[in-house]
Amino acid sequence: MINIPSTVKISMRALRVNKMRSALTMLGIIIGVGAVITMLAVGKGASNKISEQIATVGSNLIMVMPGSTTTSGIRLGSGSFQNLTRSDAEAIKNECSSVATTAPIINGSAQIVYGNQNWASIVYGTDENMLEVRDWTLSSGRNFYEQDIRSATKVCILGQTVVDNLFGNDDPMNKTIRIKKIPYSVIGVLASKGQSMMGQDQDDVIYVPISSAQRNLFGRFLPGTVRQIMVKAKSTEELERAEKQIKELLRQRHRIGPNQEDDFTVRNLTQMMQMAEEASRVMSLLLAAIASVSLLVGGIGIMNIMLVSVTERTREIGIRMAVGAKSWDIRTQFIVEALILSLIGGLIGVILGIVAAELLSFFAGWTILISTFSILMSFGFSGLVGIFFGFYPAYKASLMNPIDALRHE
Amino acid sequence: MALIETDQLEKKYEVGDSVVYALDKVSLQISSGEFVAVMGPSGSGKSTFMNVIGCLDEPTAGRYLLDGIDVSQMDRDALAEIRNEKIGFVFQGFNLLSRTTALENVEVPLLYSKQIPKDRKDKAREALKLLGLEERQHHNPNQLSGGQQQRVAIARALVNNAPLLLADEPTGNLDTKTSVEIMELLVRLNEEKHITIVLVTHEPDISVFSKRIIRFLDGKIISDKENRP
Repeated sequence: MINIPSTVKISMRALRVNKMRSALTMLGIIIGVGAVITMLAVGKGASNKISEQIATVGSNLIMVMPGSTTTSGIRLGSGSFQNLTRSDAEAIKNECSSVATTAPIINGSAQIVYGNQNWASIVYGTDENMLEVRDWTLSSGRNFYEQDIRSATKVCILGQTVVDNLFGNDDPMNKTIRIKKIPYSVIGVLASKGQSMMGQDQDDVIYVPISSAQRNLFGRFLPGTVRQIMVKAKSTEELERAEKQIKELLRQRHRIGPNQEDDFTVRNLTQMMQMAEEASRVMSLLLAAIASVSLLVGGIGIMNIMLVSVTERTREIGIRMAVGAKSWDIRTQFIVEALILSLIGGLIGVILGIVAAELLSFFAGWTILISTFSILMSFGFSGLVGIFFGFYPAYKASLMNPIDALRHE
Repeated sequence: MALIETDQLEKKYEVGDSVVYALDKVSLQISSGEFVAVMGPSGSGKSTFMNVIGCLDEPTAGRYLLDGIDVSQMDRDALAEIRNEKIGFVFQGFNLLSRTTALENVEVPLLYSKQIPKDRKDKAREALKLLGLEERQHHNPNQLSGGQQQRVAIARALVNNAPLLLADEPTGNLDTKTSVEIMELLVRLNEEKHITIVLVTHEPDISVFSKRIIRFLDGKIISDKENRP
């Protein structure tokens, strides 16, 4: 049986004898573990930020836009054709089994006035389903009623940025603002969402009933047509099926023949953003993999120093064997020594890695996320490195012949 | 009863085409409580004999019974256990662990015992006390004189209550006065504690302390007689 406390004590003493050497050996592990921790923190932070942004846009979103029109050979951009209607939105909602809900949109920018303040913002004409589609909640007030949509009531829901710019610290509820000089009554305020992935301020919006927007604000839209339809699929798994169902339904509704092109575009927002998230995840894994190479190099450093140490202490090994140490005792002794080197190095590396990540977030403003998992993983890995690279020197030591070892100068 | 019993013990080395017999059919018995000096010129095989007797080396042929146990066919780890339990070593160069206190040096064999004694510090202290070194227990070897270092080594050899003490030129690095002190100490241990001592030396002055002298030459015993002062 081996006595663990005394083995550890002997190892610590051996490491203290060559302080500089032990410190330099640890440095390899420190840098390796530190780099892994920092890289994982930065990478995780980045992909987390992207997921957060995905969540603010709304989950499981599909956007349907009109196709492009060609006038006298000149192709206009997507959305130039006014062939999507509110009844298309209704049909998608009612007939596509993978769709949870839909919201039609017509939009445009408009000058908004309240008292002596004015502000230019984007006004979206939509219906009562919009909030559900975008996973958006109200910080105060109420959503549109169906009645508001049907009878084109002049009511509006404001984004936080608009509230801040027009009202300052005043309560906007039930106040009347003027959009393009038309008076609208504020019925609700949206909870703040912050910036979108593209850096847009998502809170700089005004929602009004689509019917009212069409009648009072954006007359250029033909009655009943919409700029786009936002669709929420029932789940992430159903996104693709929903996309397919929408395409089939709209082709049928728009009477498009089998060889004709779609006159609309369907875009899966979530998928795009999930790809961005995936890319950043792969990137962070790659960085961590590169960092772990330095951990490996640190391990080789440990093996190198342990081999030197075994040679230097040949006589000690001989003495221990003479008084009864078995191969296993000698082997354990050196493995414990390598393990202590790598674990102390790992511990310092963890601390340094966290400090480095915090500094990056503080000075460079990067989003970081230090997970317990990455700490445990890199610490555990440094231990494994110690055992792995300590094994060969320890094995070599345990095979020594006691007589030769005792004679060693 | 014989503590050491060898039968046709043989150790040969093959150097190129020639075969060198470091031990050539050595048969002898050493009883419990004896104090034996093994003498001979260098290359006579006395050191090899010592190594085989001390279970540090394995014979190529023959049989060796230590305390009634046949150790000639044992593997490394089994031999290590035998060394730990039955044999204490005292070397010419002291062979203490550097940067390790006297007390911890004495403690080392206990750490490799089958059952690590809980009171190993006390046992080590007791052994040091027996050799008059309790004042020095926290000193490192480099803070001790040669004679003190050798006494620490003897304490280490005794701490496991091994019945056999093997001393390989224990006074080789010491001055005459200290040598006599160490030898008197060994005589005392032999007489009071009935520890069997096998001593390798080439100095006749040292061998006079023993009760029996075995002389080696070319791997063979050439004489084996009682030592009468």
